[in-house]
Amino acid sequence: MATTEESLHIPSHSRSKPLEYSTEDGALRIFGFWVFLVTDMLLFSCFFATYAVLYRHISTGPTPSAIFDVRGYTAETLILLTSSFTSGIATYEMRRQNKSGLITWTIITLLLGLSFIGLEVSEFWSDVVSGATMQTSAFLSAFFTLVGTHGCHVSFGIIWITSVLIQVIRRGITPVTSRKVFITSLYWHFLDVVWVFLFTVVYMIGGMY
Amino acid sequence: MPVDIKNFLTHFFVTGYPLIYGADASIILATVAILFVLTYFKKWKWLWTEWLTTVDHKKIGIMYLIAALLMMFRGGVDAILMRTQLMLPNMHFLGPQHYNEIFTTHGTLMILFVAMPFIFALFNIVVPLQIGARDVAFPYLNAISFWLFFFAALLLNLSFVIGGSPDAGWSSYPPLAGAEFDKGPGENYYLLSLQITGIGSMATGINFLVTILKMRAPGLTLMRLPLFTWSVVGACILIIVSFPALTAALALLLIDRVAGAHFFTMLAGGMPMMYVNLFWIWGHPEVYIVVLPAFGVFSEVVATFSKKRIFGYTSMVASIMVITVISYFVWVHHFFTMGAGPGVNSFFALATMAIAIPTGVKVFNWLFTMYRGRIRITAPMLWTLGFIPNFAIGGATGVLLAVAPADYQYHNSYFLIAHFHQVLIGGTIYGMLAGMYYWWPKMFGHRLSEGLAKHAFWWFNLGFYICFMPQYALGLMGMTRRIYTYPKGLGWGPYNFIATVGAYMMAIGFVLIVANVVYSAFYGERDTTGDIWDARTLEWSLPSPAPHYNFAVIPHVDRRDAWWVMKQERKEGKTTLDLQQEPIRPIHMPNNSGRPFILGVCFFTVGFGFAFSWYALVVLGFLAVAVLLLVRSFEYEDSHYIPVEEIKETEAAYGRL
Ligand code: HEM
Ligand SMILES: [Cu+2]
Repeated sequence: MATTEESLHIPSHSRSKPLEYSTEDGALRIFGFWVFLVTDMLLFSCFFATYAVLYRHISTGPTPSAIFDVRGYTAETLILLTSSFTSGIATYEMRRQNKSGLITWTIITLLLGLSFIGLEVSEFWSDVVSGATMQTSAFLSAFFTLVGTHGCHVSFGIIWITSVLIQVIRRGITPVTSRKVFITSLYWHFLDVVWVFLFTVVYMIGGMY
Repeated sequence: MPVDIKNFLTHFFVTGYPLIYGADASIILATVAILFVLTYFKKWKWLWTEWLTTVDHKKIGIMYLIAALLMMFRGGVDAILMRTQLMLPNMHFLGPQHYNEIFTTHGTLMILFVAMPFIFALFNIVVPLQIGARDVAFPYLNAISFWLFFFAALLLNLSFVIGGSPDAGWSSYPPLAGAEFDKGPGENYYLLSLQITGIGSMATGINFLVTILKMRAPGLTLMRLPLFTWSVVGACILIIVSFPALTAALALLLIDRVAGAHFFTMLAGGMPMMYVNLFWIWGHPEVYIVVLPAFGVFSEVVATFSKKRIFGYTSMVASIMVITVISYFVWVHHFFTMGAGPGVNSFFALATMAIAIPTGVKVFNWLFTMYRGRIRITAPMLWTLGFIPNFAIGGATGVLLAVAPADYQYHNSYFLIAHFHQVLIGGTIYGMLAGMYYWWPKMFGHRLSEGLAKHAFWWFNLGFYICFMPQYALGLMGMTRRIYTYPKGLGWGPYNFIATVGAYMMAIGFVLIVANVVYSAFYGERDTTGDIWDARTLEWSLPSPAPHYNFAVIPHVDRRDAWWVMKQERKEGKTTLDLQQEPIRPIHMPNNSGRPFILGVCFFTVGFGFAFSWYALVVLGFLAVAVLLLVRSFEYEDSHYIPVEEIKETEAAYGRL
């Protein structure tokens, strides 16, 4: 129930809370988003389990270690971790009511996200041209699905954050926009955490085979 | 006609079965009739503004209810067709392929498009009123959930006449359901419609959990929460933790089918057991998702119609939570015979049996509540009383099935069919019907006829035993599930014949239920008090039906059974919840929106595109979804205030001011 008259809903005792939590509506939506993240985490868990079961099922295809490009995924990891950090700074600037800081750091985050996606696409592309496709083996089906689902999430995040950024530019830092910034940054950090698991389970443990 | 167009049409439209032509004709007739009525009575605008665009939880609940009853009709027709086919040995009423399609859609519809919308109907109608809230946490999302469910149901039903229905069973195990053995669009329909409705259900789970945790009236602590709402908490937690597994299972199978991947194939390293695990990690909790709310209904009904507070409230809450936790850890009992080994089987056998303990606690608490109560045998109470023996038998046979070594004998036999119908019908469906009769006055302002309700109950309940008791015997005699016919001379004939008679009796019961709905709309006793049963919880403090903002003034709660306490205090001269005492303030409400409906249409397009591998449609649908989400993100004027005068007028019209 977002509203233009959000100020009506600010109980006096909660003025000390961060802006995004200052309205009942904001707090509700942030809590709801946490619960949503639980479902998303479980979805990833299922794909992780599938990968863990299938990563040695390479049939006639390549092994994980044969196709993983160490420099590529290390770069992806560094970029994504950094973007999580810059997204954190953006939230910090938002809390300080620094609109231009918020915008700048958000744009940096978006650029990092885009370059992550670029690297991932090129990684997938080189796998596919070398003949390692989803249809090759159960391992590759699981690999592309798990990593690809994360990639789709990141792409979705980029579009979403862009739309929130436009709203911040237009409307400034209000209870509504700050809530949106906060929720998208939660989402972004969540994807970072998932990536840490991807890095360990898919690339490190999988890469040993 | 050019050959390829003719070819296309005969594949696109299912042809060759008289029954299907009958279905075609009835679909066309029903559609024409609906269009005619809407146009003739000039109801299009009303339909759009009052229903299709509504975000009011009470109206969404009513739409869920109507959809659930309609789907129960469709699933029931399937059941009758199957039972007719099995009535005598060597019947030729249905062919094998047709039979496969019917048991698949029957099972799928009953679980996902009858039981689920039925519980969601009651969630929507009851929960906000019971917790003293004006709405759910995310009304717009709530409408989206409904329309996703609705269009998913449409998609699955369409498969019967366009393209062909799924035929690999409601659990849809690969490799049978994989592209190699199941080419047609039917299986795609299954995957897409379940995926779409599953997303909606997940959103509902989140929505109601947040609603209950965050939007309770002041003073309504968790341990004062009505038991129905508690059961919704349990169900929502299970939805949140189990539906992602379904999403994953369906997605992986779809990828296998449309992209030629190898998760579950027998080639290139695929592993079908992965699917079976993922499916039942959702599938088992799912049966508790649909039965917990039924338990909640029974708790409300028993307390109200025994004029007593529920016996053992704390143990009731504890048992709901224990069931919630344990039911997540028993899924392997669905495939004891598939080679997991004795260690794994023993663990899951014991976990399964452990559920009997909290369930037993609940049954005893209901009995103790009734003990020495002033019992009124009304329709909701009848279904509650009918449920108890059902669950005793169903629970006992469940424990038998949980004995892993013995399960090698019953597995996939009619013993299992009898067991799960006993708990699904005798638990969920009885509970939902009890809830429907109980809260009907709150929804529509009149009650359902008791006389007709009793007839319906007895037809249904007796038919139920006549239908399913013989099936236990059949199972032990070796009749397996999912067979479309059987030879003479096995001694199965008489039992099957009796079972079919029982099924017809249940059908009569269902028709009487629907007749009651129609009859009572005209002649049902009106509820002018808002509290027709002399009940105990907050929803009965409101007029029937409740105004769209629910509570003019949010009540303060200081005890369990808040409304009962208020009534007692009123009798003693202390007035609470007096509208004159508290100032009425403007009420903040969400605006209606047509977008959830359109979103449903878009997902339908995506599903239909996937079913036939028409990827242009898929892309188009997804683009439209993206646009709708963006539009929503940029929307700021999505709510309004109801002015004080309007509230006062409404309340005065109810005679409450
Ligand atoms: C009117 C009462 C009903 C009758 C007479 C009935 C009858 C049947 C029959 C004959 C089968 C097929 C057995 C086979 O050939 O393998 C079946 C399967 C099934 N039914 Fe029902 N049914 C009824 C209501 C329900 C309800 C209310 C539910 C769930 C809430 C339900 C869930 C299922 C499921 C999950 C299957 C398994 C489908 C499969 O094997 O894939 N049924 N039912
Ligand atoms: Cu189970």
